[in-house]
Amino acid sequence: MPSPQGLYCPAGDFHVDPWRPVARAVVSHGHSDHARPGHASYHAAAPGAGILRRRLGHDVALRTHAYDEAFCLGDATVSFHPAGHVLGSAQVRIEVAGEVWVVSGDYKREADPSCAAFELVPCDGFVTETTFALPIYRWDAGARTVEQILAWWAANAARGRTSMLFCYALGKAQRLLAEIHARVERPVFLHGALTGMVEAYREAGVAMAPTLAVSEAPKGERFRGELVLAPPSAMGTTWTRRFTEPSTAFVSGWMRVRGQRRRRGYDRGFVLSDHADWPDLLRTVAETGAREVLCTHGYADTFARFLRDERGVDARALETLFEREPDDG
Amino acid sequence: MRRFAELYATLDATTSTNAKVDAMVAHFAAVPAADAAWALFFLKGERLKRLIGSRTLRLWALELAGLPDWLVDESYAAVGDTAETVALLLDALGAVEPGDESLVHWMEERILPLRREEADTQRAIVQGWWRTLDREQRFLLNKLLTGGFRVGVSQGLVVRALAGVSGLEPAVVSHRLMGRWQPTAAAWTALLGADDGTADVSRPYPFFLASQLDGAPDALGPVADWLAEWKWDGIRGQLVKRAGAVYLWSRGEELVTERFPEIERAGFGLADGTVLDGEILAWGEGGVLPFAALQKRIGRLKLTAKVLAEAPVRFLAYDVLEEEGVDVRPEPQAARRLRLERLLAAVSSSLALSPLVEASTWEGLAAGRDRARAQGVEGLMLKRRTAPYQVGRRRGDWWKWKVDPLTVDAVLIYAQAGSGRRANLFTDYTFAVWKAGALVPFAKAYSGLDDKEIAELDRWIRRHTIERFGPVRSVPPVHVFELAFEGIQHSARHKSGIAVRFPRIQRWRREKGPSEADTIEVVKALAER
Repeated sequence: MPSPQGLYCPAGDFHVDPWRPVARAVVSHGHSDHARPGHASYHAAAPGAGILRRRLGHDVALRTHAYDEAFCLGDATVSFHPAGHVLGSAQVRIEVAGEVWVVSGDYKREADPSCAAFELVPCDGFVTETTFALPIYRWDAGARTVEQILAWWAANAARGRTSMLFCYALGKAQRLLAEIHARVERPVFLHGALTGMVEAYREAGVAMAPTLAVSEAPKGERFRGELVLAPPSAMGTTWTRRFTEPSTAFVSGWMRVRGQRRRRGYDRGFVLSDHADWPDLLRTVAETGAREVLCTHGYADTFARFLRDERGVDARALETLFEREPDDG
Repeated sequence: MRRFAELYATLDATTSTNAKVDAMVAHFAAVPAADAAWALFFLKGERLKRLIGSRTLRLWALELAGLPDWLVDESYAAVGDTAETVALLLDALGAVEPGDESLVHWMEERILPLRREEADTQRAIVQGWWRTLDREQRFLLNKLLTGGFRVGVSQGLVVRALAGVSGLEPAVVSHRLMGRWQPTAAAWTALLGADDGTADVSRPYPFFLASQLDGAPDALGPVADWLAEWKWDGIRGQLVKRAGAVYLWSRGEELVTERFPEIERAGFGLADGTVLDGEILAWGEGGVLPFAALQKRIGRLKLTAKVLAEAPVRFLAYDVLEEEGVDVRPEPQAARRLRLERLLAAVSSSLALSPLVEASTWEGLAAGRDRARAQGVEGLMLKRRTAPYQVGRRRGDWWKWKVDPLTVDAVLIYAQAGSGRRANLFTDYTFAVWKAGALVPFAKAYSGLDDKEIAELDRWIRRHTIERFGPVRSVPPVHVFELAFEGIQHSARHKSGIAVRFPRIQRWRREKGPSEADTIEVVKALAER
């Protein structure tokens, strides 16, 4: 049930992805709008441990659980199931007195070499994310987008220009590196904000393209023809001056809309998201068999209304502090 | 059309001007003349009269995509562009292998004839096209149908590309491009070919545009080097008299002769081979009338005797570009001024000389500028005596020295999402001032904040929405902004009793609370000035 701190389960006395400090937090994944600092104790899926410790501190009271491993919190039986969003992302299954609820966290259905694939968990009630819950959001196959990115890099390299690819520091950067692994030989350069998370993925055994830190390149390096990954916050900063005639691009589901790209001033926008698109959101809700659906993050009102009016599902929006996360696409 | 869609995508996918010019040159070189002529039509910023309304297009799309209309409206709010929204929604139809008919075929055999069809037939035809096109071409088609087609390249870049593909001087290309562009293969060939002396007699010259003077004018050197005139608030125009006919062009390169018969009549008094640059103004007994009077005149479809009497117009000339068929633009400003004064010594009142503002010091001119608002003008124009008449906006020789704008402190009360690159961001604001203890909305403004301020305000609006009325959100009266205006007038048509001209946000007055915003009385007092 909703509470001022976030979703609360009274039977197990814990919160899921709470945004204000609580005693016991069950956390779906490492993004900062789900894993907030300051809780007394954390439960999370094991593959995300390295990410959470880097974000929350190495001394954080964290208990990890393998996917599909059931554990008890009060009168509730809880288990984590892959959500396919980022490394260690989980749907939280909660069973109390024979009734099953699943909190999706963020999820996608598309294959991603950097994390475990989404697992469908049948349930009575489903809390779904709705970041991209509008029918305009429909992704091309990821492989096609990766081809476009490689072609863009090759075209820039042929002109001696630096390719600056902006992407979210946790998830998107590593997915890209895993996608182009074995396709490229020259190393990819990383902005300092990305190196920690790339390291966490390597420690977890994810195979990725070789990387070098921009800061470790020799002085005077002009990065001609190189691919550089950086967080969106680095766009337009003096940090970018070291590159040669950089062509800029942003990888995100938001790039589906031209206005979003033009407003941020990128040359190119590549549509690649770690969230479910409109068809996959609808498919997932239907496949879980849930009788009751709660919607959160992004277009929650819109999706709830569509499910009610057009699909006859008992659905409503859940209040959240995060109306939208423009860069986490 | 595939090639043009690709060109559009390429232009859209880069912010580099060189890359844009290269893409246009490659396109022009690769396609047949008739296709190039149509491509230029759109690149030049000309548009078709709207064939299909935005709302109608969305309705047809939701039928195909099987979506409720409210959801299409919400999608539109997130995208801010009908053509794009529809193209994105139609992705649900799946991939197709589009045909490759030429742009000229699409334009002349398909799109333009659509105008003659009944609505039901139009719908069936457009839905049929959608089924056979890919996403990029659907987007382009939607843009063409809704008439809102802008390519996002400046005229300057198009001229560079045409110069590149033809080997002509950019100034020659600029001049040949002036006026109405006929998208035909013959026009394309003539544009790029040698001059055969059969140039269109109506063709105007490219306008020379002034730059804004921000600092003090002392930096411009001695005042004696400059000619000063009033900066009129009308429609910039070019009056062409050649081969017994008169043509009046607006700065938007629209032929507006028929809208201003008084000026046309006066133009017949000029000798053949004369071209004047000046301002179209509404002019009453006591001198120039506010821009609103001219606007009324523009809005009328039929010019009845009553309309002509209520808002008589005149053309105030300030430059001569051609005399006796000779292009005199290279002559110095002062010499052209003498020609102009001689030319207009004996013409009617509908065609008059824009007077010089004389002063022997900058202080003297500044005093004149301070009288500008009372004179119904926007400030002064400063023109260097030795300057030729140039093409486009060239800094250095023509300056507009405007009076300081009127300002009002007002409270933000409503916000609406913008469109285009501001889609999904609350950037269209409505502001209010106090009237008897309540806030009354009186002005809307869209510009003036930087990206950081826009983002901050957007977040605040989302978190503090009181009510939603469709796309509009009301917010608590908290934030105060200084708004600037070029003019404020009493108006019976507006609820607040006030009409404003060129409203924009000057700055965010974070230090002020809503109670410190101005009152309607203060605003009305500004209208008296």
